[in-house]
Amino acid sequence: MTTRSAIRFALLALAALAFAEPSARAADTPDPVADAKAFQKFFTQKFPKVKLEDFVNGPYSMNEDMHRQWEEKEQFPPYEFALEAGKDMFSKPFKNGKTYADCFPNGGIGIRQNYPYFDEKEGEVVTLELALNRCREANGEAPVSYVKDEMASLTAYMAYTSRGKPMDIKIPNDLRALEAYENGKRYFYTRRGQLNFSCATCHVQSPGERIRAEILAPALGIMNAMPIYRSEWSGMGTTSRRFTTCNSQIRGVPLNPQDEEYRDLEYYLSYVSNGLPISGPGARP
Amino acid sequence: MTLAHPFSATRRLILQSAGSVALLGLGGLSFGPAPALAAANDKYPEDAFKQKSDADAIKVLYGKTHEASDKVKLDAPEIAENGAVVPISVTTTLTDVISISFFVSENPNALAASYQIPAGTVPSVANRLKMAKTCNVTAIVESGGKLYSAVKEVKVTVGGCGG
Amino acid sequence: MASTIRVRAISNGDTTEVQALIQHPMDSGFVKDAQGQVIPAHFIQQLTFEHGGKTVFVADWGPAVSKDPYVKFAFKGGNKGDEIKIGWVDNKGASDATTAKIQ
Repeated sequence: MTTRSAIRFALLALAALAFAEPSARAADTPDPVADAKAFQKFFTQKFPKVKLEDFVNGPYSMNEDMHRQWEEKEQFPPYEFALEAGKDMFSKPFKNGKTYADCFPNGGIGIRQNYPYFDEKEGEVVTLELALNRCREANGEAPVSYVKDEMASLTAYMAYTSRGKPMDIKIPNDLRALEAYENGKRYFYTRRGQLNFSCATCHVQSPGERIRAEILAPALGIMNAMPIYRSEWSGMGTTSRRFTTCNSQIRGVPLNPQDEEYRDLEYYLSYVSNGLPISGPGARP
Repeated sequence: MTLAHPFSATRRLILQSAGSVALLGLGGLSFGPAPALAAANDKYPEDAFKQKSDADAIKVLYGKTHEASDKVKLDAPEIAENGAVVPISVTTTLTDVISISFFVSENPNALAASYQIPAGTVPSVANRLKMAKTCNVTAIVESGGKLYSAVKEVKVTVGGCGG
Repeated sequence: MASTIRVRAISNGDTTEVQALIQHPMDSGFVKDAQGQVIPAHFIQQLTFEHGGKTVFVADWGPAVSKDPYVKFAFKGGNKGDEIKIGWVDNKGASDATTAKIQ
C-alpha cells in the first residue's frame, strides 16, 4: 500500500472509530447499501413504465423506435461471431497447457456477475478484464490489449455464460474496499474535460434524452450489458474501451485502461446495479 | 467436383463477357441439378446495381414502372439507430410474387438488394441495409407481371458507409 | 475452418422460417482506411437457399447490405429434420456453402 493510501486508511479507521455506534451514523459515512437503494429508486421513479430488469438494455428501454430495431437485431445478433470467437479463445490452452478455466472459480463459467471484486490480499479492485490478463501473465503469456477484439471476445463469452444472473458485487468489511467504492462514486459524479461533464451529467441527469443524435442510457444497469457490440464500432468493445472513449468524447484526457480510478468506477457502478440481470454481451447503437 | 451449373450456357457466356467472372464461383457449390426457377431474372443483376438513382435501377432491373400499393407493407425505423445496420423488412398480401427489392435513394447506388421468390416461398423478406443519409427507402414487389411499391423516409444521423 | 454461415431454420406447421447470418465484411468500396487508402469492394453477390433439390430463395446483394449480412424469409413446406443447403459467392470469386437441419 502506498503511503498516501495508508494515511487515508488510518484516517478512515479513526473516523470509523469515532462513529462506532451503528445508530449514530454520520451523514458522510459511506453507506453503499443506502446508495444502491437510492440509486435504483431514482431511476425507477424517473421511468415508472420501465421494468427494473429492462434498465440493463440502456437506450433501448428509453425509446420505442430504437427498441424495435434492437429487438429485430437480437433475433440473430451481429455479435454472434465475436461470441463464438470468444468461446474458442477461452478454451484454447496456453503454451504451458493450462487454460483460462484454471484461473477462475467454476472454470470461468457463470461467474461474470461477481466482477469486479475487492481483492483483500492485493488491496485493490479486480475487474474481469484485469483478471483475464493476470491469468495470461501467470501462465507465461503476454497480456492482450484492454481495448481490442481479443479481450472483447473473451469477456463477451464469459458474460454470455452469466446471462440472466443478477449482478452480485460484494464490498467486504474492509475499509480499503469501502474507499475504492467511494473513489469510484466520486469519479462518477466529478465533472471533467472541456465539456465539463461528469458521468452523471449524461447518465443520471439525462437518460432517454439525446446528446446530438444518440439517446443516452441510464446509469442503472449500464455495466450489466458489458461488453457491448456497438453498431458505431461495427464490433464488440470492452468496458475499458467505453470508459476511455467516453473520456475523449467529453474532451478530457482518458486514463489508461484499467487504471485504478476506472476499476473503482466499475466497482461502484456495478454495485449500485446489484440485483439487475447480466445482459452481456449487449448491443448498442 | 463436377456438378450441374445453375446457369444456362448462354447466360454464362454473357456473364463472362460482362466481366463477372466471379459468379462462375457458383460452380463450387454442390447444388445438384439446376432448379427450375420461376423468376425471370435469375442471374445476378450486375447492371442494376451500378445505377445511381432509384428510377434508373428499377428500369434496369425490371424494365417497368411501379405503382404505390397499400398491399406492400414496408417496415423501417423512423430514425435509424445507425446507418450501417438498418433493419428493413417487407411483407405483402399480393399473390404470384416473384421478386422483392429494396432501393435506398441517397446511397451511391440505389439498388441495395433484390430477392427472387420462387413459387412456394412466402413473399416476405427481412434484411439489414446500409444507408448513407436520411432518404427514402423504396420496396418493390413484382406480382402478376406488375410492380407495386411502398416508400418510407428513414432518418439517418450517423451515415452507414463508414465515414 | 468453420463455415461463415449461421442458419436457423424452424418449421412452423406448414411453413419453414429461415434466418441466416453470414460472416462477411461487405466492404462497399467507398470507405478509406486509416492511411487514406480505399478499402476495395468485397461483398457477397448471390446467396442461394435450397430445400429438397429446389431453390427456395435467392438473394442478389450489393455492397449496401450491412456487414455480417442477415436475411429472413419463409417457404411453404419443409419438415423437421429436412436439410437446407445454403451457399454464397462474392465479387472476388470466393464462396462458402453449408447445410442445416430444420428444427
